[in-house]
Parts: sequence; C-alpha cells; structure tokens
Amino acid sequence: MDPARKRKIRLVVALTAAVVLAGALVWTSFGSATEAATPSQALHGAPGRSIEVTGKVVDGSVRRGDPLRFRVRDRNGATSIPVVYRGTIPDPFREGREVIVTGRMQNGTFVGQRDSLVTKCPSKFQSKPGGKTL
Amino acid sequence: MGRAAAAIHSAGVEYALAIVVFGLGVAFLVVRPLLRPAEREAPDQARREQLEAAKEAKYREIRDADLDHRMGKLSDEDHRETDRELRRQAIEILRQLDELAPEEAPGGPEGADARR
Amino acid sequence: MTGAVGNACLAVGLGAALYAAGAGVYGARSGRREFVTSARWAMYCLAGLLTIAMIMLESAYLRTDLSFKLVAQNSSHETPTFYKLTALWSSQEGSLLLWAFLLSVYSSVVLLVTRRKLREIVPWATAVLGVVAAFFLSLMIVFGQNPFAKLARAPVDGNGLEPLLRHPAMAIHPPMLYSGYVGFAIPFAFAVGALITRRTGADWIRSTRRFALVAWTLLGTGILLGALWSYSELGWGGYWAWDAVENASLMPWLLGTAFIHSVMVQEKRGMLKMWNAGLIMATFTAALIGTFLVRSGILDSIHAFGASTLGVPFLIFIGVVAIGSVVLLVSRRDSLRSEGQLESLLSRETFFLLNNLVLVVLCLVIFWGTFFPLISEAVTGTKQSWGPPMFERWTVPLALLLALLSGIGPLLTWRRASPATVRRALKWPLVATAVALGVMLVVTPAAESVTSLIMFTLIAFVLAAVAQEFLRGASARRVMARESWPAAMASLVRRNRRRYGGYLVHAGIAILFLGVAASSGFHAQKDVSLRPGQSTRIDGYTVTYRRPTAGINSDRGGTGAPISLGAVLDVRRGGDHWTMRPSRNYYKNNDGTGGVFGQYFTGDSTSEVDLRWGLKRDFWMAVQPDTTGLMKPLRELNRRFSNASERTQIAGFVALMEVYRRTAPPAQFRAIVSPMIAWIWIGGAIVLVGTLTALWPTAEARRRRAASLAAARLGRELSRA
Repeated sequence: MDPARKRKIRLVVALTAAVVLAGALVWTSFGSATEAATPSQALHGAPGRSIEVTGKVVDGSVRRGDPLRFRVRDRNGATSIPVVYRGTIPDPFREGREVIVTGRMQNGTFVGQRDSLVTKCPSKFQSKPGGKTL
Repeated sequence: MGRAAAAIHSAGVEYALAIVVFGLGVAFLVVRPLLRPAEREAPDQARREQLEAAKEAKYREIRDADLDHRMGKLSDEDHRETDRELRRQAIEILRQLDELAPEEAPGGPEGADARR
Repeated sequence: MTGAVGNACLAVGLGAALYAAGAGVYGARSGRREFVTSARWAMYCLAGLLTIAMIMLESAYLRTDLSFKLVAQNSSHETPTFYKLTALWSSQEGSLLLWAFLLSVYSSVVLLVTRRKLREIVPWATAVLGVVAAFFLSLMIVFGQNPFAKLARAPVDGNGLEPLLRHPAMAIHPPMLYSGYVGFAIPFAFAVGALITRRTGADWIRSTRRFALVAWTLLGTGILLGALWSYSELGWGGYWAWDAVENASLMPWLLGTAFIHSVMVQEKRGMLKMWNAGLIMATFTAALIGTFLVRSGILDSIHAFGASTLGVPFLIFIGVVAIGSVVLLVSRRDSLRSEGQLESLLSRETFFLLNNLVLVVLCLVIFWGTFFPLISEAVTGTKQSWGPPMFERWTVPLALLLALLSGIGPLLTWRRASPATVRRALKWPLVATAVALGVMLVVTPAAESVTSLIMFTLIAFVLAAVAQEFLRGASARRVMARESWPAAMASLVRRNRRRYGGYLVHAGIAILFLGVAASSGFHAQKDVSLRPGQSTRIDGYTVTYRRPTAGINSDRGGTGAPISLGAVLDVRRGGDHWTMRPSRNYYKNNDGTGGVFGQYFTGDSTSEVDLRWGLKRDFWMAVQPDTTGLMKPLRELNRRFSNASERTQIAGFVALMEVYRRTAPPAQFRAIVSPMIAWIWIGGAIVLVGTLTALWPTAEARRRRAASLAAARLGRELSRA
C-alpha cells in the first residue's frame, strides 16, 4: 500500500471515530442530564419530574432537624419554594448562600434526593463587602 | 475632615514619590544595556549552542538504545540498524559543529569564551 | 505608605511589562541585541516590583490594617497569623496579584537560563510574557481589581478568613495551582516565539521542558491538595465531586500530561511538531480558563456573565490567545512538517500518540460536561447539568484505557519493536498480572465491583511492567559494570534520570488509581442519629457515642474557632479499639444577627472531621450536633446579658456549653470506612519523587564540558572512517 493511501485511510478512521464519539457524547448528555431550574420555574413546571433547583436559601427559613426544612428563592427575585431534605448538609450551607438540590415537586413542596444538596464551592467565596463591620 | 484630607493628600505625595523612585530605578536598569555596546560574540555562537544541545540529545538517544538493547528490549538486528542510523545523525551534527569553526575543533562553548 | 508603595509597584510594573513586550519585538525585528537584553532586564525589574508588592500586601495582612478593602474582607484581628498570610489569595484581587507575581518570577528565571540560547526565539518569548503580565497588571489597575484598594473608613474588625479555608492543605492549594497554571505560560511563550521565527525544531522544547514539568508537577500537587482538603475538611467524606472548579484545574493538567509525553516524540523523532505547538497553546488557554472562568460566574448562567467586572476583558484575552494560536499554527504549517515518519505501529511513539489522543478526548469530555449547562441553555433554552454519574460513565473507561497504555508503552522501544522482543517483554508482567488477578479473586472481595477489578488488574500490570524495567535495567548494569544489586539500581537511575523518573511517575499514578478504585468501589458509609450510650454498626465495626463535648476556643485544628461542639465515640472491632473525637466549629457571623450570644450560632460552621488513617483503610467520622435545644437559653442570655461585662458574657457561654453537655441531644453522625484511600496520597508522593528524579540535573550535563573535547575528536575520527 502506498503511503498516501495509507494516510488517507488513517484519516478516515480517525475522523469516523471522532464523529461517533462526539455523537455519543451529545446523545447521552441530552438524554440523561438532569434539568436545572430556578425555584420559580420549578413551581410552574410539571410535578413529579426530577429536576435540579438552584437558588438562594431564604433568610430565617432554615429549620434544622431530621429532615432539614428551608426555602430557596430565585437569585434575583422573591419567588420561593419550600424544600424538605434528608442527608448530609454541606458545611457552607447557610441562610443567604446559593445552593443546588436535586429532587422533585410534590404537592407544592420540593422533596430533595438524599445527599443531593450542594453549596457553591468555597474557593469562589467572596465575602460580601456589606455587613455591619463595614 | 481636615485630617482625612491631609491623609489623602499625603498618600498622594507618597504615591507620586514611590512612582518616581521605582520608575527611575527601573529606567536605570533597563537603559544600562542599551548604553553598553552590544555584546560582541562569535557570530555562530547561538548555532553552536543549538548543535551542542542536539548532540547531547543524540548521545542520550544512542545510550538509550544501547540500554534497551542490553535489557533485551531491542533485538540485535534492530539495535544494529537503529544504532547505525543514530550514529550517522550524530556524526552529521558533529560535522556541522566542525564546519562552524574548523580551526578550534575542541571548541564547544568554553573555547569561544576563552577567545573572547 | 504600604498602599502607596504597592500601587506604585503595580503602575511601574505595568510600564515595565509593556516596555519588555515592545523592546522584545523591536529587538527581534531590528536585530539589535541590546534591546533584547534591555527587555530581559525589564522583566527582572517586574519580578522585583511585584515581589515588593506581595510583601506590602502581606504586611498589611500581618498588621491587620483594616483600611485595606482586602484585609477587611477576608482577615480579622482574631484570624490566626498563619491564615492571615494565606488570606491574600482567597480574594480575587489577591489571586490576580499572586498570578502576576508568579509569572514574573518564572519569566525571569527562564530568561536568565536562556540568555545565551535561542537567539531568535527568546525576544519573541519575552514579548509574549510581557503581554501576559501586562494583561494581569491592567486588570488590577484599569479594571478595578486593585489589591491595594482602600476603604473610606476602616471598620472595627474584618470579616475574617472563610472558616472552611482554614486548613493547611487549603492554605497551600491555591499557590500550587497557580504556580502550575502560570508555569505553562513559559513553554507557551517559547512555542509562539518558535512559530513566529519558524524555528520549529526541538530547541524550544529542550529549553522549556523543565518548566513544563515543574508546572505539571505543581498543578498536580495543587489538585491533590484540593482533594485532600475536600476529604478531610468538608463534611461529606469525598475527595472529588466533578465540581466545575475541580474540572477547570484538571483540564490543563490532562493537556499538560499529553504535552510532556508528546514532546519526547518531537525531541527524538522530529515528529508531531504541529501537535506539540497546538497542545501547549491549548494547555495555556485551559490554564487561563481554569484561573478565571470559574470566578466569572459564567457557568451559573449566560446572563449572569455580564454582571462580572472581569468577565469581558478575560474572555477577550482568552479569545485572543486561542484565535491567535490557531492563526499562528495555520500560517506556519509549512514549517511544522514532520521530519520523521511513524515506522511501525509497534513502537513507543505510537503508544505516546495513543495516550495523547485518550488524554485529549478525556479533556474534551470533561470540558463538554463542565460547560454543558451553558451548551444546553444555548441549544434548548433549559439549563441541564452533568452530575457525577455522567462524568464517571465517560471518564472511567478512558482512565482504564490510559492505564493499559501506560503499562505497555514503557515496554516498547522507539522506532520499532520486533514482535519477538515484545512478547518477551510482556511475558513476566502478564504472568505477574495473572497471579495478582488470581489472588484478588480468591483472597479479596475485589470481584464485587467489575470496574474496580479491571482497574486493579491493569494497575498490577503497570506496576509489574515498571518493576521489570527496573530489574532488567539493573541486571544489565550488573553485567556491564560488575556492581552489586543496590549499586546497579542506584547508578541505573542516576544515569537515566528522565527514563526512570518517568517510570516512578507511572508507578505513582498507578498506586494513586489503586486508592481511587478501592475507595470508590468498596467504601461503606452510614448516616445515623445517636444519643449518648447508643451504638451502631458499620462494616463490622461497632461505634458507640460516649458523650458530647462542648468548648470555648478549644479547637485542636488551630482555626481560631470560638465554639466547638463535638462528640466522643468508641470504635471497636475484635481486639481493635480506639476513640474518635469529631466536632463542629461555630464562627461568629459578621452582621450581628442573633444577638450578642446568638451570633455565634447563625454564622459559618464547619465540620472538624476525625480521621484514623491507615494503609488498609481509613475510618472517617463527622458529627452534626443538634443545636435547637440551645436556642431557648440563647434567647434568654441575649435578653439578660447583652450589655453585661465581658467576664459575665464568658460565664454565660460557659453555662451554655454546660447546657449542651448536660442535655446531650441526639447528634447526626456520618461514618465512612474507605479502604486504601491513603494510597491516593502515597501515590501522589511517589509521583513527586519521580518528577524530582527526572528534573534533577543529569550527570551528563555536568560532565559535558570535560567530555566535549574527547567527543569532538572521536566524532571527527568517526566521520573520516
């Protein structure tokens, strides 16, 4: 086989593999990734579907205990939903912090999956310049 | 209020002063090389250094192949061929090195340094 | 004073960086060497200025000068001294300064080392480094990220360092990570210089190889320290969560891994020139993304992006780097042609090529998964995200493939290997692997997790292959030099540092994977609520909650936490028996909600995990005390003693602690038994030893001068023959 033809075959094989791989990646991603929503989208969305809600923990709403109860609101808004959650509570969890929790809406309450509560990674924390001390 | 204004004012003076001091320091260090006549060096100094580095790399390759052979990873036949090819390349590099300055073959960097 | 000097350093530094870029380009184009020297001195000056700036900022932190915005934001009087110093890089402005400082130091070192080499490339590399430094400095000066910004009025006390960051691993994690990111700027700058001047041989690689290796090592160390922090400080017990921040640091590391492998192919065979240049450009772009994109808020939503002040300039810079790189690569494609050809599929370069492909695909998969929320929002309108299971589904097979390749690669030789020698090289490693597999199946429960079993088998293969390389090399030396085994082993490594250092790295990574596979496949976890006296069982251990603890300023970790509530537990299995003391630290909140007493319970709180390390398994324990019972006494204390003297208030806290110990409400515990997790850190340490071995100046470099005379003569004689 001459080198030019060999190279062409190699190129075709490589490209095919790349296309197949990329296709599989796209296919599996859109198929099985969980939908992310804000609290207001969750409130108006179809109940019973598994979604991932991102929002801020409403001040004064946290009732620690088993289960943990709190409310999350939109990042820039007042709409909030009640959340019931069991499992580990990450250290940074606190009123006013942004959290992500996976679960489904049931009778107007968001029931979180066990251990699905995530707070935003602390290496990004920017202490608020407001507050009493400033 | 007066004190605050004075503090801001003195901070401004300090800042300006620091800029001048650092600026002059940097300017001195940066301009110095420009005032000196450009370093005189053998015209093919850079080329020589590249060839020296290439030579070292090639020697290492020869030793690598040798080690592979002694470890039994390279068959006698393959080693003969590889070694011959690598040595040919090494000799080519050495030939180019020699061409650079035929009269001072023991050369290498220190030869040029000594001459300077 | 401090602020004025710091600001002046930044301003003059920006001037010096721009001058270095300009003088470098002018020197390169006009051929006037003195301008190149001058540009180099400008970079030295920049390093000096930024060192002063760092010292100034650190001194402000050390004095807790609260008139500085940064100090007030993330330090305070009561922050322990060590954490005052590390608070510098917990803010965005501070980390930009750290980045620029590290870049200037790296640049000065590389320019010093190469001052008599690569005459054509260095001026352009200087210019590139100057431009990158100028960009970071202008972020601080022009785009309002000034680390020396002052507050109109200094507050009484600062916010203090985020309690979660008060951990030794987290204190050195950011500088390590940044040193890694920044380090890749050096080979990047030289690659750009090489392409511009069409000097695309292996010279730029030889001069910057060490820098790439150092950057790779530091980035890897940083990533591991981050994992260690996550495991031993965050109260969830894992070390990797496929969080965007983690992924962003992993991507340049993966590309860097590909780069340090593939450059060897160019050094030895003159192939893959285009690939190597493209790879280091991609690595640096990924490092920039890692530095910044996570902080920008772009991953939260496309719409949040505009709100970030840094977003636009950074995105433009990343765009310029990426597009500039592509344009440069395409315009120089004629000088990037291969000198050699792949001679055989059964050769080391083929396996390097394959490993490169797998690493790049791995990086692309992680990139896709990390940015999937953005991609899906752009395509479908709804934001979707990749959870850890999705990441695992894609990365685990690729990791297995990588392990296989890293086992076979070292057994092959460059150019071509004959099937017979390959069979011989594979024989013993395969036998050893088969034995290991048999032992695992019979003696251990490894078969319960198929993925882990495959991984274990591959790891056994890699380790056996590495061991064989050592043994065969040493025995070859023994025959040749008549040395004893230990002496042969030592001189083998000494004479072939790069090769055997690399093998050590392979072994280290394999051991690291061993820890990952064992701990993720076979860990036991239990979340349970216990009252004092109650017991639970996990993985054959009996855990008994003995008594609660409560203390003021009693944290053992040195984080300066005012209040710690914890538990004393007995753990017992057979004759093995020990005590564990996990606790939870409570920090004052800074806005004063909750009143004088209550403010200590509405602020941050962090798990202080108790860990019993072991080579076989770790026992990990965290506690979540129930403080609802303290709320009533707290209200009472707030009502009666808010204006009392400090001594009375302290007495109030002491009484409160007594209430907690006395009432002893049920506490939530999480216990985790992770087999062999310690091997992750041990593997990391071995990798470090391996890279140090490979980086150590070779004997040959020191011998070179003495030997060059003889070598040249030999060469002449050989060429005559």
